[in-house]
Amino acid sequence: MNWVLFRRQLADRIAFLGAALATLFGLVFLFWILWTTFSNGVEALGPKLFTQMTPPPGADGGLLNALFGSAVMILVAIVVGTPIGLCAGTFLAEHGRNTRLAAAVRFVNDILLSAPSIVLGLFIYELIVVPMGHFSGFAGGLALALILIPVVVRTSDESLRLIPDRMREAAFALGLPRWKVSLQVLFNAAMSGIITGVLLGVARISGETAPLLFTALNNQFWSSDLNAPLANLPVVIFQYAMSPYKEWQSLAWAGALVLTVFVLALNLTVRLFARRRSFK
Amino acid sequence: MISESGSPAPRNERPGDNGRGGSYVSRSDITEIPSARSHSGLAERLFHTVTGGAAWIVLIILLAVAYSMASGGALAFKTFGFGFITSTNWDVANGQFGALVAIYGTLVTSAIALLIAVPVSIGIALFLTEIAPVWSRQPIAIAIELLAAVPSIIYGMWGLFMFAPFMANNIEPWLNDHLGVLPLIGPLFTGPPIGIGMLTAGIVLGVMIIPFIASVARDVFNAVPPTLIESAVALGATRWERLWHVTLPYTRSAIVGAIFLGLGRALGETMAVTFVLGNAHDLSASLLMPSNSIAAAIANEFTEADTELYRSSLVALAFLLFIVTFIVLSLAKLMLARVERNLGRTN
Repeated sequence: MNWVLFRRQLADRIAFLGAALATLFGLVFLFWILWTTFSNGVEALGPKLFTQMTPPPGADGGLLNALFGSAVMILVAIVVGTPIGLCAGTFLAEHGRNTRLAAAVRFVNDILLSAPSIVLGLFIYELIVVPMGHFSGFAGGLALALILIPVVVRTSDESLRLIPDRMREAAFALGLPRWKVSLQVLFNAAMSGIITGVLLGVARISGETAPLLFTALNNQFWSSDLNAPLANLPVVIFQYAMSPYKEWQSLAWAGALVLTVFVLALNLTVRLFARRRSFK
Repeated sequence: MISESGSPAPRNERPGDNGRGGSYVSRSDITEIPSARSHSGLAERLFHTVTGGAAWIVLIILLAVAYSMASGGALAFKTFGFGFITSTNWDVANGQFGALVAIYGTLVTSAIALLIAVPVSIGIALFLTEIAPVWSRQPIAIAIELLAAVPSIIYGMWGLFMFAPFMANNIEPWLNDHLGVLPLIGPLFTGPPIGIGMLTAGIVLGVMIIPFIASVARDVFNAVPPTLIESAVALGATRWERLWHVTLPYTRSAIVGAIFLGLGRALGETMAVTFVLGNAHDLSASLLMPSNSIAAAIANEFTEADTELYRSSLVALAFLLFIVTFIVLSLAKLMLARVERNLGRTN
């Protein structure tokens, strides 16, 4: 066997062993993180979690108000963010498909998609919290909407552009005006893609903590007032995890487990669902 | 609704009749029909305005964020001038705010993250496109992508309660003993093995950005034209040589774009870093020492900022972060745009 060939084959083996180890590295961290969350969270899991309020230090309690607050803010984000995102996505894919404005919006949208969420939180603080003079659940919902919008824009643009042009031509040939073509034909055809986008966006904003720190803040008690500080799961987890109290830490783990299961389950379901019904 | 086969279809196949005849009717002729015009003109304009307006909102959000951070941070920039960026003195009690420690911490942790994530991500992409049995590729790819779906606060808790102690007990003493005694790089690895610090934060960030780089890398590896691969194979290249001499050069700009994308994420990541970085305002050479990052400083201190100048300094930090991530992400986008066009063609 010649030496050069041996060296080349050795390099080949080493590279492929490295690639396998790299994959193992990624998977180990995933399972380590999931296992940590699961094993710590299960201990504090119980019906009380969903029926009682966040407790003062040293006492027993649940996360009901935080779960409720999070749900409310996510709802606000969906109500505000989906129409804007869907309209902008429609513009990009239909009227404005090849315009300069569309190119600029796509560019900016992709940057917003990865922009630091804490900066978006600070922006809402300057925009809403400072003029109103107090933190509020509404501001928190808006901050989440800012993160949701780019996700919806991107996915609705992409799923509308996947619709074959002959469907548009057929609709135009029937004499439908553009807005009817979009609303009654194209939205129907792209519905699963658009819903996928919104749900993936919801999965993303459910775990966002940084933008809520200075917008919704937190609330120790039950509140459904959007105009006042609102309890929410991520910030409660943050505060309780950083606290020195055992009860709080274990509640934080339980919250972390609920959050992780929700986000990952939503992600997996949407992906499986989307793969079966996409145009690709 | 619209049947593919049926009575209308054969009619269209008559040469030079219906198909071409239709093209002589321009769209303006169609909208001349009076009832259609008066009825749908308004709705049409409204639809156009609303969707176009929503598109403008996306642009305005970005500009408004930049403007709001700039005006909020103006006081700090005016008070400290250029010194805001070059000073390490973050003294809340005396109203002195210098951002260098936070900037340094952000850059160092992101650099460590890239050092880890880049080779691992390329390895994963290689594994998923070349080595793994075909049936296992999809599940592994989904598992890796789930790393991006795990909320960052979960990374933070895991980092603080599991990974930091692991680093303190197993990795950092070893680094102290073996790398800490070396010349040149020694000071990077000497320090108390407390687990909290720039190295730990960098590794956690690295794990977080792996899925972003790996998924782009996998897609572009898959899109390399088969003729190129086959040519390399025909010349007798090993799989490693194929990767090194054909696949990587061919996909270089996409890989660089993906790396910038990961860098953009790492720079702005907040919660995970806040948990494991230690919130210390001291500049230290050692990677094992607690430090601070721009995002972590804002998250930790903003609600406690009690003076105008203090708050303005934190917003000024956010402005710097926003500008830097904007530049990094723009570069990523430019690098990836060309590839996306190519991918569109091959798909």
